[in-house]
Amino acid sequence: MPSSETPKNIRKLQVKRFKPEESPKKHYLNSETGIWNWMTTVDHKKIGLMYLASVAIFFFVGGLLALLIRTELLTPARTFIDADVYNQVFTLHGAIMIFFFLIPSVPAALGNFILPLQLGAKDVAFPRLNLASFYIYTIGAIFTLIAIFTGGVDTGWTFYTPYSAETGGNVLMMTLGIFILGFSSILTGVNFIVTIHKMRAPGLTWNKLPLNLWALYATSLIQVLATPVLAITVLLLSMERVLGIGIFDPALGGDPVLYQHFFWFYSHPAVYIMIVPGFGIISEVISTFSRKTIFGYWAIALSSLAIAFIGFLVWGHHMFTAGQSSLANMVFSFLTFLVGIPTGIKIFNWLATMYRGSIDLKAPMLYAMIFLFLFTIGGFTGIMLGSLAVDIHLHDTYYVVAHFHYVMMGGMVMAFFAGLHYWWPKMFGKMYNEFWARVSCILVFIGFNMTFLPQFVMGSQGMPRRYFNYIDQFQPFHQLSTMGAYTMFVGFIIMASYLTYSLLKGKQAPANPWGSRALEWQTPSPAPLHNFDHTPVIINGPYDYHKPMSEFQLGIADSHHDPLDEHHGDQQVDIKTETSA
Amino acid sequence: MNRFSEYMLPPAKSTNAGEIDALFHFVNVTSVILLAGITIAIIYFSWKYRRRSENDVTPVITHNSKLEITWSVIPLILVLILFGWSFTSYTNVTTAPNDAYEIRVVAKSWLWEFHYDNGAVSVNELNVPVDRPVKLVMSSDDVIHSFYVPDYRVKADVLPNRYTSVWFEAMEIDDSVIFCTEYCGTQHSNMDAVVQVLSQPDFEEWLETGDQIDEDMPPAERGEALVSRQGCQACHSTDGSSLVGPSFQGLWNSERTTESGETITADENYIRESIIEPDANVVEGYDNVMPAYQGTISDRQIDDIIEYIKTLE
Repeated sequence: MPSSETPKNIRKLQVKRFKPEESPKKHYLNSETGIWNWMTTVDHKKIGLMYLASVAIFFFVGGLLALLIRTELLTPARTFIDADVYNQVFTLHGAIMIFFFLIPSVPAALGNFILPLQLGAKDVAFPRLNLASFYIYTIGAIFTLIAIFTGGVDTGWTFYTPYSAETGGNVLMMTLGIFILGFSSILTGVNFIVTIHKMRAPGLTWNKLPLNLWALYATSLIQVLATPVLAITVLLLSMERVLGIGIFDPALGGDPVLYQHFFWFYSHPAVYIMIVPGFGIISEVISTFSRKTIFGYWAIALSSLAIAFIGFLVWGHHMFTAGQSSLANMVFSFLTFLVGIPTGIKIFNWLATMYRGSIDLKAPMLYAMIFLFLFTIGGFTGIMLGSLAVDIHLHDTYYVVAHFHYVMMGGMVMAFFAGLHYWWPKMFGKMYNEFWARVSCILVFIGFNMTFLPQFVMGSQGMPRRYFNYIDQFQPFHQLSTMGAYTMFVGFIIMASYLTYSLLKGKQAPANPWGSRALEWQTPSPAPLHNFDHTPVIINGPYDYHKPMSEFQLGIADSHHDPLDEHHGDQQVDIKTETSA
Repeated sequence: MNRFSEYMLPPAKSTNAGEIDALFHFVNVTSVILLAGITIAIIYFSWKYRRRSENDVTPVITHNSKLEITWSVIPLILVLILFGWSFTSYTNVTTAPNDAYEIRVVAKSWLWEFHYDNGAVSVNELNVPVDRPVKLVMSSDDVIHSFYVPDYRVKADVLPNRYTSVWFEAMEIDDSVIFCTEYCGTQHSNMDAVVQVLSQPDFEEWLETGDQIDEDMPPAERGEALVSRQGCQACHSTDGSSLVGPSFQGLWNSERTTESGETITADENYIRESIIEPDANVVEGYDNVMPAYQGTISDRQIDDIIEYIKTLE
């Protein structure tokens, strides 16, 4: 904390400049290779990449399911699949996208890769626990796959009782998978919190912490506090289904609305597990590509924490029409509106960062701008849904579907792609084709709006969600929406192609292709096995573009390593630095 | 702008719709103005401040208290206005007048039953008088459903263990669609019904006669009318095609294999049992999803339905 700047804590460090080596011969990807080494690795970067591969597969599967849904909805009634299959498909689309893609996408995949690099640490605090999280995630995924192939699930991703207690299919296996998955999420959260607290490089005080880490910190807090509630909820659901213990089923003396309270007590904060890390990426990308100090550092950092906190208190807005009391509705509506304030503050801060910057519209920045636009729409329509009287009309219609896709896909997924393109050179040491990246980005943008803007209109007109059949007046909207989904699909195929090409034949990436001041760019691309060949020492914030690059590359030589062999002519700098807590 | 908002909403056919629509327009217009501002800023900044050279120097602007307070307080004021307005409207549109005409609604997978004060019952067809507040007191016989009439801007979940209610006052003599908006399984999207608004005399006449099925009709025809009124055809076809449940065609006197592997002949007793206690013997290949009709339907009506099924060979 800034208050720790007492003279006692000031110590002198002898540092020197370490210019990152270009085209390193030895890096984390070519040391310790082989399947077995990958599977047993405790390196956060490799674990991050394994997560990245997993979430990419799940995004592809979830996306194909979305295409099935959209194709089926080209005509009212049956187009090519039955109602029961359709119900399973939308359930799986939701469950896979949320539990297996969105929740781990930024924290577990990108976060794992980038967090220790941004801290100047060699790894996370508990590397073995990190690997365990990945395997727990895999086991959860296997359970879910078993559920899909042994009867499937048709409850919707929300598993509302009493339906989920009565329907056929393998609900038990699915909820068990999600139960297991939760532990992966909790362990990653614990790991990140400890790492951020204890493993910051010398000089990296809280007020110099990259905003991405503030966002991951807030996310980790929610993961640790909210996920256990989901675990206990699905456990209770399984007990009811298997043992007939009455908790939610009114026939057994339970209460189905209680289930909704439990479920949303996790699942609303979960929305913030998904979106808050996206805020972190956007802060990094906008500052880097505007080459300008971030505007309102503390406002952005604290608003992430504020959103995480208020996010715990708004779950009831999912139940405005579920039969809860008017008083509860009033309180939840009020708190829901309050979340809008810190969110708005962030948008304005990012805009102010762009003001008088030096803006380079590379792919990550394009994604960040698309994020700003789509997420703002998601936010405003959230305000619409938070308005009690209007929500009565819009609840459980396509308006809600469009709203959360604008937030989750327009917000989070765009932020994920911004981050993926931004850190891609650091991950693989390769550049991707900028032209095709922009083409795919624009296709996805057009396709996205074509898919979901019509859904706002048909939702307002009364089209309910989760409908296999619909009345004819909605058909033009559904058709437009389906065309949009196909357009997006083409965009994603292009993305998969140029990224694969980049992996195989991409140009060697420089250590710092974007001219960023952030710490992760002051080490070679790809990074060495232990992230830095020295111990980095931080004297400036990560967004201080007015200071020379040399001040961002300081460090202390590692004792086991002779830096003079590799870094000729480094100057000795004598600076004061406060010790980190 | 207002025209666009109007295009987005279905026709307003209840007295409360106007209040909700006004709020919808307000949020829409405010959002579009703010969104336009933000979008213009994004595009303008990225053009005006585009990178000209690698050596661009940018100013150090870390914060600006006045600006930050402005953009925190103005949205706060806006959402407070919105909160007050929306809660007031909510209270208005959810509090039924004391003199409202009450109708009991029972939701089952997958049909709506409407019980009127004189004992009349209609299925999937709600008849209401025009220009008179109507309050629906609703409950479900199985899973959660949700009652939604877009034209009236009313919606409430229908729960198995408690009563919920909505009220509305229809302004014109017209039909509107009722949707189920809480996912309830295979036929969720076919669980729709219609509200028929009648003039007060027509409504009273309907209450007295509309529900009655002509006693002089032959039993098989009465049965056909009952099957149609009870919404049986949503799941049971009469042309041999298999829907959620087995078809009525060719059912009479056929051999049925149940889930437990038993073979039962579909005689009077089996059909009767399948109506009042459907989960006793479920036919192989079908899910046990039919609601029980015990108490909803009289023995004479069951006789009529059996007679009707006999005709479908």
